[in-house]
Amino acid sequence: MSNPNQTIPGQYRGNFLREVEANVEEGEWVKMCMQCGVCAGSCPLGPYWDYPPQQIFMMIRAGKREEVLSSTSMWMCTSCYNCMVRCPRELPITHIMHGLATYAKRIGKAPQTPITPRFAQKFWDNLTVTGRVNELKLGLALYFINGIGEGIQTAMKMQDIGLGMLKTKRMSPFEILGGHGIKDKAGFRAMLKKAEEIELAKIAKNQVAGV
Amino acid sequence: MAKRDYSFYPGCSSQKGASASNCTTSINAICDVLKIQLNEIPDWNCCSASIGYAGGGELPRLTLSARNLALSEQHNPGQDVVATCAACWLATRETTERLAHDDQLFTETKIALKEAGLTLQNKTPVRHFVEVLIEDVGYDALKAAVKKPLTGIKIASYVGCQTNRPFGIAGESFENPLYLDKLTEAMGATALKDYDKKVACCGGALAFSEPEKSQDLIKDILQAAYDVGADMIVTPCPVCQMNVEVYQGLINQRHGTNFNMPVVYYSTLMAVAYGKSASESGLDGQVIRAKQLDALAGR
Ligand code: SF4
Ligand code: SF4
Repeated sequence: MSNPNQTIPGQYRGNFLREVEANVEEGEWVKMCMQCGVCAGSCPLGPYWDYPPQQIFMMIRAGKREEVLSSTSMWMCTSCYNCMVRCPRELPITHIMHGLATYAKRIGKAPQTPITPRFAQKFWDNLTVTGRVNELKLGLALYFINGIGEGIQTAMKMQDIGLGMLKTKRMSPFEILGGHGIKDKAGFRAMLKKAEEIELAKIAKNQVAGV
Repeated sequence: MAKRDYSFYPGCSSQKGASASNCTTSINAICDVLKIQLNEIPDWNCCSASIGYAGGGELPRLTLSARNLALSEQHNPGQDVVATCAACWLATRETTERLAHDDQLFTETKIALKEAGLTLQNKTPVRHFVEVLIEDVGYDALKAAVKKPLTGIKIASYVGCQTNRPFGIAGESFENPLYLDKLTEAMGATALKDYDKKVACCGGALAFSEPEKSQDLIKDILQAAYDVGADMIVTPCPVCQMNVEVYQGLINQRHGTNFNMPVVYYSTLMAVAYGKSASESGLDGQVIRAKQLDALAGR
């Protein structure tokens, strides 16, 4: 399917805040940030964020589109929700970080490293096949995400963990043959297809209207 | 005592041969004792946890949980939805709240659900299993069912993130929730209240894609447990349980540490205290054996 999102942003006339408000999950909250800095000290992987959430919100308002969307920062979010319960303005920060990540990926701006964007996509692809996550296939897909050579190395390193999980019956080799899944796969897929259609149509409409 | 009925959302990791199958085992064991009836939502699907966002947008993700809520309304009418997995609970509860507050999203979700032949009222409370224990059963009754008090076992309560934020167990604080300490004490164990990594993050799903950064977080969680003299860590979360338990070998290799700390579910702890066998309590699922619990369960 051609992706309407690849044809951004003339409509926003360089107004990145408006682009975020229209296209990013919970993006309409960004303008409510009062730059207190509480969230900036809340991320468990804080040292690895180029721009902590507070700064991202400031950069959005300052129109720093490229820097924000191609940043690795959002991909360092562990979904710990520290920020959300602490923010005095009650911004849904976690969701905005996820939303920025999703949007960046949709319009082809997500970075190649780290592997989190690709891993997250694999997680989604994995669950949409049978309706349930197949942990074994997901794990293997992750090991080999950067090709065969690195994959074998990773698999060797993870060998003890795999054995531990097998021995305690918390991993089953038979999952490779298909494994768990829901019964109504047809209805499930039709439902997701419709949801995706509605979402993409909404975004396309925003762009035409130049919201 | 009459049985209490709930509509149960088990989640992918709870299934047979999956990483939290031992959680399910122990939950079943304590439900048996406490006369709790968990009625599985027929044909439930994955909630997409907290990492599905890059592939699925907002509406597809909300629709996933909406399907489970719709199936619950249809097959288990009038029963609260209950989840044991932190991520499942969070995603489902977030969905029900988002749809309740956003008419447009709710309308769009219903259009998508129709493709699967489903409708949604969105009136069902979505609760964590711990809330059922605390609110519906109550600490006193939980304590009264103990057959083998866990006397002398020193426990670091590791609550983690997603059981605690953004919703949290009703009535608890975000920065220092006490329910896990109270639960372990009700089982006769010693709760180490100065364990300071109680609500720290283990890296969550990033333990897969950012292994070394996450393992550094896990290292601190383990070290703090040793520092307060813990015999074991107890947690309600399947992601926390797995992350903190299974990477200890790799952390030892990288940092020259000597970690060998059992990490058990609260439900395993309770099952042992309630006199269940090692296998009924999920102790066979420990990659790092909890020897004190093994000994008690074997008696
Ligand atoms: S905590 Fe909230 S108000 Fe403060 S900087 Fe972060 S987002 Fe802005
Ligand atoms: S949820 Fe994400 S953005 Fe918020 S504190 Fe945690 S890592 Fe940072």
